[in-house]
Amino acid sequence: MAKVIVYPPTSMILYDLVERMGHKALVVSEAVRNLVTASGIESPPLNVTPEEPKKGLRYAAVDVPSGVRGRMALVGPIIEEAEAAIIVEDPGWLTGCSGCSRTNELVRLLIRTKGIPVLDLSYPTNDDEAKVFVQKIRTFLEGLK
Amino acid sequence: MLVTKYVITSSESNILPSDIAMKIYGSKYIVTVKETCFGVVINGEEEVINALVKEIRALDPAGIFIKDRGFPPGDPRRCRGRRGGGARPGFYMIESESKMLPMISRALAYEGIVPVIPKKKKPLPIKRLEEILKNGLS
Repeated sequence: MAKVIVYPPTSMILYDLVERMGHKALVVSEAVRNLVTASGIESPPLNVTPEEPKKGLRYAAVDVPSGVRGRMALVGPIIEEAEAAIIVEDPGWLTGCSGCSRTNELVRLLIRTKGIPVLDLSYPTNDDEAKVFVQKIRTFLEGLK
Repeated sequence: MLVTKYVITSSESNILPSDIAMKIYGSKYIVTVKETCFGVVINGEEEVINALVKEIRALDPAGIFIKDRGFPPGDPRRCRGRRGGGARPGFYMIESESKMLPMISRALAYEGIVPVIPKKKKPLPIKRLEEILKNGLS
């Protein structure tokens, strides 16, 4: 079972396909869960403290907006943990914690420079593309240890 | 550790969110269930949820999709009932991907030969355009 990071890191389709094929999908919700369900909330309501942007300094410089560093505090450790990656380019509707374009660029860059196997895809627009989409993911995941 | 998962049904699936909720109510597992328009949200111990997810998926293997969620169900920080209405932030991603679920379901159920898709035409590279212009004007 390999740890596979998916991009967008909030994707339902990618999370499901990775998990149903027997691997562990690394998604941002796990990091969010650790933050929002931690006992002894320091900074209500979301428990994002000044420590989060500091953690983000590991991935982005101090002059980078704190929003990028804050997001990287969640996504960065997931990238470090990843053993493979599936990237779906330009879905056109990234929202929430995936809604920052600069963070997304940085996430994709860090994944690509990590040297792990990466599968690049686009979201399907018809049935034939969907079959290819699923088959490529299946083949890629079967090739992982 | 308590975990939360979404169970989302494809719009072409014969399984309704209420069917999944009834299946969970009738199961031996002690979990929290919240029924929504697109599926259900379940919350419980990780081992219990993993076992339950396998049973739910068996109802319609190609038509039921699972997604991890950070916030517990009904959390006042996300629940629209407490925030004065409007969809919660993560809903838009689910809404967008839900439109693709019927296609993905059919692709998962398909066992034939996968068709070859012709490559999409890319814009003419600038160097090639320059060559054409030079040849045409000389």
